[in-house]
Amino acid sequence: MRSESRVSVHFAAGEEGWLRAAFETVRREWLVAFRNRQDLINPLVFFVLIVSLFPLGVSPEPEFLRQAGPGIIWVAALLAILLSLNLLFRNDYADGHLEQWVLSPQPLALLALARVAAVWVTTVLPLILLVPVLGVMLHLPAATGMVLVLTLLAGTPILVLVGAIGAALTVSLRGSGVLLVLIMTPFYVPVLIFGTGAVTAAAEGAPITGHLALLGAMLSLAVVLAPLAIAGALRISVSNG
Amino acid sequence: MQFDSFQALISMGGHGFYVWVSYGAFILVILALILATVIQRRQVISHHRRLMRSEAHRQGSGGKKHDASGS
Amino acid sequence: MWQWFHKLGSPKWFFGIAGRLMPWLGWLALVVLSVGVVWGLLFAPADYQQGDSYRIIFIHVPAAYLGQSLYVAMAVAGLVGLVWRMKMADTFIASATTVGAGMTFLALLTGAVWGKPTWGTWWIWDARLTSMLLLLFLYLGVMALRGAMEDPDIRARASAILVIVGVVNIPIIKYSVEWWNTLHQPATIKVTEAPSMPVSMWAPLLICLLGFHLLVAWLILWRMRNDILLRERRARWVREWVLAQ
Repeated sequence: MRSESRVSVHFAAGEEGWLRAAFETVRREWLVAFRNRQDLINPLVFFVLIVSLFPLGVSPEPEFLRQAGPGIIWVAALLAILLSLNLLFRNDYADGHLEQWVLSPQPLALLALARVAAVWVTTVLPLILLVPVLGVMLHLPAATGMVLVLTLLAGTPILVLVGAIGAALTVSLRGSGVLLVLIMTPFYVPVLIFGTGAVTAAAEGAPITGHLALLGAMLSLAVVLAPLAIAGALRISVSNG
Repeated sequence: MQFDSFQALISMGGHGFYVWVSYGAFILVILALILATVIQRRQVISHHRRLMRSEAHRQGSGGKKHDASGS
Repeated sequence: MWQWFHKLGSPKWFFGIAGRLMPWLGWLALVVLSVGVVWGLLFAPADYQQGDSYRIIFIHVPAAYLGQSLYVAMAVAGLVGLVWRMKMADTFIASATTVGAGMTFLALLTGAVWGKPTWGTWWIWDARLTSMLLLLFLYLGVMALRGAMEDPDIRARASAILVIVGVVNIPIIKYSVEWWNTLHQPATIKVTEAPSMPVSMWAPLLICLLGFHLLVAWLILWRMRNDILLRERRARWVREWVLAQ
């Protein structure tokens, strides 16, 4: 029976252990999140700051903000997610926890999925909860705001899943998070397009079921494939020791 | 030949600038790639020369003569 | 077949073969490209709608095609490298990235320049140009990742994963950009699409396409040889080769 006494996470050996391991991963994520509150607040502040730049830098006219608002919020959320993903595995890499993960008998892809889910709840959900407030600042009508929140709920998990692949690839590298932004941005474009496309369609009274269906399809693909890529990338990054 | 004169060829029905800039870019990109590869080759060779020099130093100043490992 | 595959993994064998192939590829590329370019510039008939500016197609289409197919080739190499642990696969990726980025950049530039006489602007966010821009970003991402990594083994496997994830995303990106474009652009002639062409036009296009392939192959083999020299620097045959230069 294998148990890691560090950081109070116990992975049981054997097949039944994987569910337990997943829960332990999520639980640990919560603990770490609450101990490092600053790491959670920074992306939120960043998010609000970026959104605020646009009225200041372009135009505070309600007409412009109403049209550009959904896109601004989407882009700002995208950037905030990328910045916080940078930290996703770094602390674990530094204290050796990542190595334990890779060596544990549980399927790494599953642990990665659990981790990503937990990160989405602790880091991205607060962002989405702020959107109604930002919507008011950007003169967005309530209906548009609701659709915006819906698309973010559907789309940001994809961003976190795919972004985690990049985070896993770059975890052993020094340097700023700009590299992660460089690598990940092309992959984020489809999510951005359909997320904002849905909001624009809703504002014109058109149906958004198609957009949401596509986002759902991309999410399904990401949920199945991304953890495998994350696991592979983690193994590579850790192998140098 | 589609063009009656050299002037006509250069002017390309009024679009000469665009056509020749494009073909010029083509030449430049290829030349840039070739140049980059030549520089790459030079760097590799000079890296090797430095490597062999430092090994010759070590052999000269050291005691035993080591055979250069090869495959 | 497997014997050939196995040989492909040997840097020394590849170095020799590449060295013998290169002169053929290089001279052939020069001849074929000269024929194709002269034919396209001078002898192909002008387009009914676009006049003589369409001649940019003979550069734009091959460059765009190669920018895309090189990325796919890199993804295949990445997969081969991960599954069979072939060093040569990473050598290919290292060598093809710059060439692919160059081709994509050229396609982007010629595509934009082509737009000016047709649309009146130097840049347009149409589906093809935007997709090409994103492809360039994908290439730059690979270059940035490789540049940040020193350990050759990690660098090889990490870039393989990045390129494979990229190739999976390319159809998704293209589809979404095309969809986005139909929303935001009026349905008009796509400036960067090949007009329906008679033989007198697509024949020089095919020749240019072939010429580009030969040129790119020549460049990549040359770069692969340089990479092999660096990677196998401890090998005796490399030392002897360098001394002979």
